[in-house]
This record gives sequence, structure tokens and C-alpha cells, in this order.
Amino acid sequence: MSTRPTAIQDHTIPPGQIVRYSYSERMCHWLSGLSYVYCLISGLALFTPYLYWLAALLGGGPTARFWHPWAGLVFMIATVWMHAIWKRDMSLIDVDRQWVKSIKNYVTNRDDLLPPQGRFNAGQKQFFWIMYYAAIVLLISGLIMWFPELFPLRFNWVRGSAILIHACAALVTIGAFIIHVYMGVFMVPGGFRGITLGHVSRRWARAHHPLWYEQMTNDPSARK
Amino acid sequence: MANGPLQIKAISGHPGPVPGRNTSRDYAVCKLIDVTTCIGCKACEVACLEWNGYPFRETSFDNTYQTMPDLEWNYYNLIRFDEHVDSEGTLSWLMRKDQCMHCADPGCLRACPADGAIVQYSNGIVDFQQENCIGCQYCVTGCPFDIPKFNKETKKVHKCTLCSDRVGVGLQPACIKACPTGCLQFGSKDDMKQRAESRVRQLHEQTSYKKAGVYDPPGVGGTHVIYVLHDATNPQAYGGLPADPHVPWLVRIWKGPLKWVGGLAMTAGIFGVALHYLRFGPKIVDREEGDRGVNQEKS
Repeated sequence: MSTRPTAIQDHTIPPGQIVRYSYSERMCHWLSGLSYVYCLISGLALFTPYLYWLAALLGGGPTARFWHPWAGLVFMIATVWMHAIWKRDMSLIDVDRQWVKSIKNYVTNRDDLLPPQGRFNAGQKQFFWIMYYAAIVLLISGLIMWFPELFPLRFNWVRGSAILIHACAALVTIGAFIIHVYMGVFMVPGGFRGITLGHVSRRWARAHHPLWYEQMTNDPSARK
Repeated sequence: MANGPLQIKAISGHPGPVPGRNTSRDYAVCKLIDVTTCIGCKACEVACLEWNGYPFRETSFDNTYQTMPDLEWNYYNLIRFDEHVDSEGTLSWLMRKDQCMHCADPGCLRACPADGAIVQYSNGIVDFQQENCIGCQYCVTGCPFDIPKFNKETKKVHKCTLCSDRVGVGLQPACIKACPTGCLQFGSKDDMKQRAESRVRQLHEQTSYKKAGVYDPPGVGGTHVIYVLHDATNPQAYGGLPADPHVPWLVRIWKGPLKWVGGLAMTAGIFGVALHYLRFGPKIVDREEGDRGVNQEKS
């Protein structure tokens, strides 16, 4: 009788790795992520008849319509929470402006020509602020769409504007969301593990966020 | 003729062509409401409730002869009552039967995202199919007459069907059957339009209603419910009947250009990142923790 292999190890930070996101930060991120994806799928189903079949994935049109505003409220709560814990890390500073100016180098993978970045690079910060302000716009317009009977006929333009603004704001977030998922899952290997398991390798941290790595380790030589 | 099978003309939120479109000859029905001969008896309201199987119930009294403050999800048909004083100081009681106008260009149908929840028959009737309704209430925003009403318990929207179930088997709508003055008439759109115009001529020639006219608003492509008004220059006086109704331009932008621009932009975004991946690939810096691939060795 052979003994069963014990492949499962305890969930500690492996050697060579450092903590990138705390448990509560990851919870916050995925709460907003999941609620956003629910709103995305159900919202696209209502946006165009060509995507109405997406409602079937969520249990049909009436079900998707019922939960969409509630998922939106969850997304708003998660966004406010995220703002509370990350707003300092997300504030745009001088070095971010330089980074944005030479964003072409980032897109073409010549990262060594870019100014070194802290915990979040300027692209991540911009994504956060786009989603944050879009969430506020979506919440206000969405509430009007949720209770249209509150507006008499002479205020029908309020309802119409809310629908149009809701759709436009959602399209802006979808553009940002496509880039966000592409960056996190495909473009920057290691990023997805950072936001799920919470840790990244030291090399990864040094390459992508040298100022943050330096700060975390007090190692000035880490800077490129 | 008003009779004939119910032939679907348009379906809301439906990506393909309408099944069976253009297979029957063209005919259009119309309800004519001659406001000048309405006596406000509300027999049409009762007939509507009876035919549709909705209960009678208590209402609130607001010092008018109006039965209800507004249309409700189970009250499709309401005589709106207004005391109107014209520029010469003459008081008149205006009583207008308010219900779905069955627009030729229905804003509700344009706005609706649910496949088959709103149907326009080729005879002009616009009908809600509650089994397909998802309760989003976009139709409420699309409607220039503020007609669709939401049932909060079932999360479905309802409105006047122009008795499509009766008309489909060759009967007149219930309200028409109940009208004692002949103020309500039903027939083909051409016949009713003719009858309305001859009534207007009569009013011009034999009464003091020199501003009398037919209400068949062109902004929504004409309607399959038309009015004869004493004063067609001021429809607002009749319980807020819009002077120039049209599908809201906000709804047109949202359902027209924005849908295509948005769809193209989303598709372009997905293709864009895919092409970027093929051209530039990932930013690999890490080999020590099992990430496969080459290290970043270029210049």
C-alpha cells in the first residue's frame, strides 16, 4: 500500500513572492468584478436584440431584468468600498502624466523607456477613475430607469435622457473593461494570480511597479 | 373591412425579419372618437372592464366627473374630464376617452428590448404580449401619450388591446358596443377618417365650433384611434392630449445610431486587444514562478 501523495500545501506566501493585495482588497475587487459582469451580461441583453439571448444565460429576460438593478447596487457598494481603500494609491501624480505621455512605449512593450511606477501605474489609475465616475452616473440614471412611474409625461425627457446616458456610460465602462481584462489576464502574466491569490513574484514587482517594490522592501537597488 | 386575421406586422426586440410578413392584403382598422358627442356616461369604461375581466373597485373623488385619477394597469380606458374656459369666457365640459392610440409608428415597440413582447398587427393594432414582457418599462418612456401601465406584482406592463381578441374574430371592440350616442365608431381607417372629416365639416357649417378638426397626429405616422375635437388647435385642453406627439428623439438615438455605434465599438475593442496580443504579446518578466515563455530580452 502506497501512501497518498500530499500535494496540497498550506496557503502561505511561497518563497520569492511578496504580498500584492490583502484578503479584503481581493474581496472588494471580486465583489465589484462579479456584480459588474452580471450587470454587463444582463445589460447587453437589454441593449440590443442581437444579444437578447444573453438573458437566457441568466435565467431569462424577466429574471435578468429583476436582478440587474440589484447587482448594480452591489457594484456601487463595492465601488465605494474600493474608493475608500484605494483612493490614495489611485491619485494621479506628476510621474503619471509623464507615463501617459509615453504610453506608446507601454503599448509596444518597451517598458524600460517608461518612468518607474508605484503600486498602480497610470493606466490602472485611469481605469479606476473611469469606473468610479461611470458607476455614479450609472447609479443615478439607473435609479430613474428603475422607477419611471415617478415622472409624469411632461418629464418624459428625464426618462429618455436617463436611458441614453445609462447606455453611453455603460459603453464607456465596457471599453475600459475589455482593456482591463486583457491586461490582467493576457498582457501581464502574473497579474491575475496577484488579484486572486494575493501575491506576486519579486521579479514581477520589480519590473512592473519598481517604486512600490522599493517601498515594500526598502531596497533602492530594486529600481531599474 | 375591419375584419380579418391578425397578421403580425412588427415585433419588438426581434433581430430577424417578421415571420409571414406581407402575406396578406393591406387593411387597417380604426376607432373614431367624436368628442363632441360624448356625454361622459362611462359605459365604455364598464364594457372595457367587463370584457377584459378586471374588477370594479373603489376610487378617489377629486371633484371632477373622472372615474380614476389616471389609467391603471387594469383600467385601459378612462374618460378624462376637464372644465375649460375659452378666450371668450365660455365654460365647457370636455370629456375625452383616453386609451392607447395604436400609433402607426409605436414608440413603445421601438423602445422594447424583449423579443415579441410588443406586436403590431398589419391591421394597425399594437398589442402587448405579457408572456414575453420582462418588466423593464422602456415602453413607458417610448410612449408619447403616457399609456402603458406597470403591474408591480406581476412585473408586466398592460394597456388597451383595441380588443384584438374580438377584432381578430370579426367583432367590434367592447367600448364601441357600449356607446349609446354613436360617439364611438369602428371600421377601416379610410372609412373612419372620411366620417370624421364629414363630421368636422358639419361642425364648421352648423355650429360655432369653427376650430373643430380631426386629431390623427402625423408625428407618430397617424394613429388607429382618431378624435374629432371641438378645438383641434388646442388638444392639450382635453386632459393633456399632446399637440404634436412623436417618438422621443432620445429613444430614437438610443435605439438607432447608439445601438450600432456601441456594437461596432465593442466588437472593435475585442478585435483590437486580440490583434495587439498577436503583434506584441505579453509582458513576460517572470520565469522563476512557472510562467512559461521567453524572458524580456529585447533591447
